Amino acid sequence: MAAEVTQILLNAQAVDGTVRKQAEESLKQYQEQNLSSFLLSLAGELANDEKPVESRKLAGLILKNALDAKEQHRKFELVQRWLSLDSAVKAQIKSCILKTLTSHAHDARSTASQVIAKLAGIELPHKQWPELIGALLSNIHQLPAHTKQATLETLGYICEEVSSDVVEQDHVNKILTAVVQGMNSSESNNDVRLAATRALYNALGFAQANFSNDMERDYIMRVVCEATLCPEVKIRQAAFECLVAISSTYYEKLAPYIQDIFNITAKAVKEDEEPVALQAIEFWSSICDEEIDILEEYGGDFTGDSDIPCFYFIKQALPVLVPMLLETLLKQEEDQDQDEGAWNIAMAGGTCLGLVARTVGDDIVPLVMPFVEENITKPEWRQREAATYAFGSILEGPSPDKLVPLVNIALNFMLTALMNDPNNHVKDTTAWTLGRMFEFLHGSTVETPIINQANCQQIINVLLQSMKDVPNVAEKACGALYFLAQGYEDMEPTPSPLTPFFQEIVQALLTVSHREDAGESRLRTAAYETLNEVVRCSTDETAPMVMQLVPLIMMELHQTLEAQKLTSDEREKQNEIQGLLCGCLQVIIQKLGSSEQIRYAFMQYADQMMGLFLRVFAIRSATAHEEAMLAIGALAYATGPDFVKYMSEFYKYLEMGLQNFEDYQVCAITVGVVGDICRALEAKILPYCDGIMTQLLKDLSSNQLHRSVKPPIFSCFGDIALAIGEHFEKYLMYAMPMLQSAAELSVHTSGVDDDMTEYTNSLRNGILEAYSGIFQGFKGSPKTQLLMPYAPHVLQFLDSLYMEKDMDEMVSKTAIGVLGDLADTLGGNAGPLIQQSVSSKDFLNECLSSDDHMIKESAEWAKLAITKAISF
Amino acid sequence: MAPHDLRRPFKRPAISDQQRRRELSLLRQTHHRRDAQLQARCLASSVLSLQSRSSEPVSDVGVELVPKSESLPEQESGALTKDLDVRQASRLKGAEARKLMLPEWMIDVPDRLSHDWYVFARPAGKRCIVVSSNGTTVSRLRNGSILHHFPSALPCGARTRDVSGSAQSYCILDCIFHESDQTYYVIDMVCWRGYSLYDCTAEFRFFWLNSKLEETGACGPPSHYHKFRFSPVSIYSCDQSGLLASYTGAVPYVKDGLLFYNKHAHYQTGNTPLALVWKDENCSQYVIDTDSKGQVLSQQQVVLELRDDGKLSTSDDPVVIFGCLDGEVIQMSGLRSGDLLKFDISVGGLTLVDGKLEKADLHYLGKVNRARIFADSYSKVMFQHMVRHTPLKFEDLLASISLSDDQENKPCDSEMVG
Repeated sequence: MAAEVTQILLNAQAVDGTVRKQAEESLKQYQEQNLSSFLLSLAGELANDEKPVESRKLAGLILKNALDAKEQHRKFELVQRWLSLDSAVKAQIKSCILKTLTSHAHDARSTASQVIAKLAGIELPHKQWPELIGALLSNIHQLPAHTKQATLETLGYICEEVSSDVVEQDHVNKILTAVVQGMNSSESNNDVRLAATRALYNALGFAQANFSNDMERDYIMRVVCEATLCPEVKIRQAAFECLVAISSTYYEKLAPYIQDIFNITAKAVKEDEEPVALQAIEFWSSICDEEIDILEEYGGDFTGDSDIPCFYFIKQALPVLVPMLLETLLKQEEDQDQDEGAWNIAMAGGTCLGLVARTVGDDIVPLVMPFVEENITKPEWRQREAATYAFGSILEGPSPDKLVPLVNIALNFMLTALMNDPNNHVKDTTAWTLGRMFEFLHGSTVETPIINQANCQQIINVLLQSMKDVPNVAEKACGALYFLAQGYEDMEPTPSPLTPFFQEIVQALLTVSHREDAGESRLRTAAYETLNEVVRCSTDETAPMVMQLVPLIMMELHQTLEAQKLTSDEREKQNEIQGLLCGCLQVIIQKLGSSEQIRYAFMQYADQMMGLFLRVFAIRSATAHEEAMLAIGALAYATGPDFVKYMSEFYKYLEMGLQNFEDYQVCAITVGVVGDICRALEAKILPYCDGIMTQLLKDLSSNQLHRSVKPPIFSCFGDIALAIGEHFEKYLMYAMPMLQSAAELSVHTSGVDDDMTEYTNSLRNGILEAYSGIFQGFKGSPKTQLLMPYAPHVLQFLDSLYMEKDMDEMVSKTAIGVLGDLADTLGGNAGPLIQQSVSSKDFLNECLSSDDHMIKESAEWAKLAITKAISF
Repeated sequence: MAPHDLRRPFKRPAISDQQRRRELSLLRQTHHRRDAQLQARCLASSVLSLQSRSSEPVSDVGVELVPKSESLPEQESGALTKDLDVRQASRLKGAEARKLMLPEWMIDVPDRLSHDWYVFARPAGKRCIVVSSNGTTVSRLRNGSILHHFPSALPCGARTRDVSGSAQSYCILDCIFHESDQTYYVIDMVCWRGYSLYDCTAEFRFFWLNSKLEETGACGPPSHYHKFRFSPVSIYSCDQSGLLASYTGAVPYVKDGLLFYNKHAHYQTGNTPLALVWKDENCSQYVIDTDSKGQVLSQQQVVLELRDDGKLSTSDDPVVIFGCLDGEVIQMSGLRSGDLLKFDISVGGLTLVDGKLEKADLHYLGKVNRARIFADSYSKVMFQHMVRHTPLKFEDLLASISLSDDQENKPCDSEMVG
């Protein structure tokens, strides 16, 4: 077989499908028959300079895919498989691939680089292959240019693949030295220099220690800045990418260099090629991101010592930065508003301007307004559009005091422009700017309203008119209407100012959704989103009109379900519409179902709606399923115990949803809907619990299911227990051990990074909600004693959580509540156990004096319950 | 090496409406889960105890009578809509909310008074139940009529900006409204922030009352959002010094006798021997029953309930029968079962055998005022009877305490007479 490998690999790339298929089949067989020999021959193929480059490349690719996969569980399997291979085989494979780096075939080298990185990703965390870095770096100076390039590329991939804590500082130093030397202007070979620059981008995360050393940092920064001036455009672009990465990773170290960086970026924005200029602008956007985060934290309660201070780079650069960005706004492309994927310097500059406004607030206004005033009436559309965009960009950030007088003047102008400007691009940006005005300056929190009785009608007329314009303009008009409606939510004087126009608005939105061209510029989606928001913000007096929408939307959904013999494009469009219609019904159900006056009348539609939702499950579209499921959850809440009549039919879809590992969003939402149904049906859910619990337990033990679904599953245990009370008995022996082991895990796995801490806390919350529901569910039952054996573990869990000191408020609240639930249900029997726990003393006292009233309230409940338990 | 994607959202809101729908659904689910959880915590235990209690016949009578008499004063209060909320709240949380724990009159001194009992001076005034809920506070008299409808600093007692406490939260206090200083003296706590204290011991309830009431600012002077002052009363352990302090000690209110609460008793609505009232002329203006002009009646009067069989009963559970009305009289006077009737105790008085009522010489006077909804309790009749003949004196109370102290101090070997 080994001898034939080349031919099989070539055949696997053949144009002829049968040949290709046969080759793929033989590769598969070979792999299954003898993995070691299969991998060895692939490595040999890759390393062999006599073989055609096509077969070498594919050999490397297959090798790479044998080491890594996207799905978490598959990846884990592959890693285990590699680690268990015979070490002599592994050594031989590694040596073949390292050797490939010296090959003259660029593709072979590049593939080998990637394979080495994957192997490093597996072996380094297991303290294997310790000689790798040394082997790569030994005599790097004497290497021929092509090998040097491959080595640097490999180092870059390794840094991307492995986490910084598995590479010792000595190796990091060596890597950085080699990389930065390769980047230096003294390096004459551009391929080497480019590979080095790209490698630095990945190695930056390893350079914490080096960036803390002034000399080393100065050196790295100098080399990066020099590389931004290199004659080779790819190197300039890669160097700017490094600067962007440095701006977020080492923001606090930038002060000494910021002036130079400004000069470099300004030059690039003005005269360099677009890919480079875009990176230069991105540098400033990224600085804005950093400062917005820092300033937000300043505004919050945290004043911890470890916080990074704000250096106000943007504020200082403002007088030069803003003119630079305004300049970019004039470089629009003709059709950028029709092209979903467009990204150009005008868009990047405008986006950055918006971020700058959010960073500095009021200070930006006097710098932008002259540009706006000068250009907004110019005959050239680019100038009018740029002026409008500039104005729209600064509407978030500065204070209403500063903006409201300007908006009051601009509003009328914009309304006229939206109607009369001859240029679509200008109208698009004008409608967007109106939307921004309403988003940020209209609503119950703004003191002086920009919309009053006098101009409300005009605004609505213009927006409705504009919704008949070309799709991209109509989409922005829908967006503006969205925020117009949102601003009237929670506004005091009812009737809402929108009431007189309600019917007209709804009609116009429905008309938009039916436009032939509604598929362009996501116009249809925008129309439904706006309709949803109009419904959400509607008041009691328009409830009858919302009610009239129900049969209409149902009819549309019905029609889409009847449609037959569709092409795949048509079907895709149909599925999208079905999702939107289910989403709309969901919003209506939530609205009308929570209104006491109208709920009863609304419920006449429940049967029909449910019938339609069930039919939606027969189509194949994850989005539509998700929307239908959410709508059913809302319906269950609105119908209450009567929902039981749908259960026999609905159950199989519920089960299907819980089995949907692939579209984990659907699974997560279904879990939430189980909770809705528990609360709606209470004890009547019992007949379905065996099936549901079985599925939930399977979900928990699966390593294929996305981890984010697990916390809600635990919470769902609580919902079920609360609904069926002591009947939860039969699930205790399965659910409790799972809760216990998850609890143990969740105590210790925290603190790795922010994401992990957040996940751990949501997991803890789910576990605690499960305990809470189970204890409360059993309260007052003669079977309470069944829970007694679990009490020590639950208390221990609470104690360890308290000791870890890294709970968020939510977990504290739930945890202290569980203490109360345990005491409340187990009463005097658990008295001595409770008294022994730290939670019942220190934790409880801490919560009792908490500033968070939710925590305090739960703590008071717990104290009351404990006191009752102990006094028995 | 994946190229760094620069694109940022352009002219688009930060999150899609679909994401928003998801998040709103999750939010709704979280809220409902919390509500369900709160409901389980607040209600389950008190609902159980309420159900068992509402089967008692005496209580039923009380409940049925309440709505009839409450309709009138409510309309007068002029805030019908607001009141509906409170009524709904208190219905939801059990009609029991309006019912009070009623002390029996002390006709003999309980054992272990100094160990198991509290004592405090009862403020003179109108006994009422105060419910704060949904941003308003209502006080109701025993007959169900509204005394005041007002904002208060109790949790959920006023519509203020302060939104601490969920919508489910409510409080039920057992109070006496003291007219001259316009103060609600809180003598017991039944529910606090939605958590039932029905099944807590008096010891715990008083502890909770003292620590929680102060926190709310309800004891502060009246203001726009707090119309009446609330005040706790000084509660003593019923040893010698406690008894003396409550009897002779100065209080900001007019005293109307002493109340004794058994430390271990739960809050039990209706008559209970685990709470007792005792009065004499030194600590109360109302020892012996008076007529409407305040004149002491020449003869003791009693109010009894007419039963189906013509028998006349007290409000106790189980009832005590004082006599029987002739069927003819019932028909002539147009009386019906359940009517409350007033009687003189005539010359024959009460005949007791071994401390139990054997015979009462009753003389029918007529039906009682409509506002009255309960017959007298056996202990009240007996206490009034004793006051007129052989009163239980303060010295007797003191003596029983020192006696029980003596017994405690007795060397135990004296009991070993085996």
